[in-house]
Amino acid sequence: MYSTPYDYLPMAIMAAVAFGFVAVTMAATHLLGPKRKSEVKLDTFECGIESQQNARFPFSIKYFLIAILFVLFDVEVIFMYPWAVNFKEGGLEGFIEMLVFIGILLAGYLYIIKKGALKWE
Amino acid sequence: MDTTEFLIKLILVISVFGISLLIAMYSTYAERKVAAFLQDRLGPNRAGPFGILQPVADGVKMFMKEEIIPANADKFLFIAGPSLMMLTACMTGVVIPWGGELTIGRNTFNLQITDVNIGLLYIFGVVSIGVYGIMIGAWASNNKYSLMGGLRASSQMISYELAMGISIIALVMTTGTLSTKEIVEQQSSWHWNILYQPLGFLIFLVCAFAETNRTPFDLPECETELIGGFHTEYSSMKLGFYLFAEYINMFISSAILATLYFGGYNFPFIESWGLSPNAVTIIGTLLFFGKIFFFIFFFMWVRWTIPRFRYDQLMNLGWKVMIPLALFNLFITGIITLWRNGAF
Repeated sequence: MYSTPYDYLPMAIMAAVAFGFVAVTMAATHLLGPKRKSEVKLDTFECGIESQQNARFPFSIKYFLIAILFVLFDVEVIFMYPWAVNFKEGGLEGFIEMLVFIGILLAGYLYIIKKGALKWE
Repeated sequence: MDTTEFLIKLILVISVFGISLLIAMYSTYAERKVAAFLQDRLGPNRAGPFGILQPVADGVKMFMKEEIIPANADKFLFIAGPSLMMLTACMTGVVIPWGGELTIGRNTFNLQITDVNIGLLYIFGVVSIGVYGIMIGAWASNNKYSLMGGLRASSQMISYELAMGISIIALVMTTGTLSTKEIVEQQSSWHWNILYQPLGFLIFLVCAFAETNRTPFDLPECETELIGGFHTEYSSMKLGFYLFAEYINMFISSAILATLYFGGYNFPFIESWGLSPNAVTIIGTLLFFGKIFFFIFFFMWVRWTIPRFRYDQLMNLGWKVMIPLALFNLFITGIITLWRNGAF
């Protein structure tokens, strides 16, 4: 099955309609609501106490690690899509080749588990 | 593409957009009624008969509230966050097959807006951009609770996206196409994919809960620890967009679940009733919406039944249970498909 560029046009129309809706709503809520601003109201919310410093502080490295691991694994997953579409044509040979690929992937997966990268305390 | 064709597409786009908004609006009402039913309360019953005007009242209230942008926030990103969230939530409906073909006079109309051969990939691409909406809004607020909520949300969503992707690959192996229309047509009558991919369906369902930040995976906005999570600083319709986008995502997830695993607009033995093609199409579309409503109800049912996970449990479930399980499913699917095709 082939798709022509025209098949993608409705996606652009949908994006335009959604964008128009979002822009109009944002403008409307800006114009309709009351505007009684004060310094205290515009302060950062922190459970009622006076806010302490900025929120731009270093946070747990765990989150970065998860993000990096996601990028690695997701790229591998993307490689599997074309294979999965042609799975039946590939037959047993293609399947075994993919198992080798997944095997290497699993080795990396076991490595990060052994290293404790996914350990949360 | 000539002008009439363009107009038809435009009408379809606007009606799908409108229907998504309407269903999301009434999902907020349904959620409160379902919650009330499960907890033996009455739920909203003041605005209009049985409270059916409640979503309208809520919408008006959201519009009329003061728009507060904290002095320390990054102004542009603060507005961009909820806008992006809403934009991506609305864009996926374009490739979902809402029904078969409708013949009026000599013209046939396809009830799917567009059928591209990378439909599934498009859905996942757009859905994953949704993470940015949360992350941008959370960071731009310059609030510690928002930041924590945003970090949790993005880690959770990307972790479950992996298992979701692998469970979809197992499905694609059996269907051999990424076009949503072809996937639905292969499931004619009772040949629904749920029968061939029960484990894949379960993984997909759990990941769909995690992706839409619904209970038991609603840690990003876990109010007992983080106040409002990533939308702590938001007010007026910007808050409304975050809450509303969650309901649209829920509707779209239900539609994808029904399309991929529950036969879309197909229903067993509908051909044998001897109806005209148009009637079959209309009944099929209504049944499709019935399936979607069931899944929306299921989302709500689970929300009011199961308590939320602890964060380490959530991450362990995602990385140490879901991913191996999804790979196992892929392996089993491969073996069985090859065996059925006579490879050994």
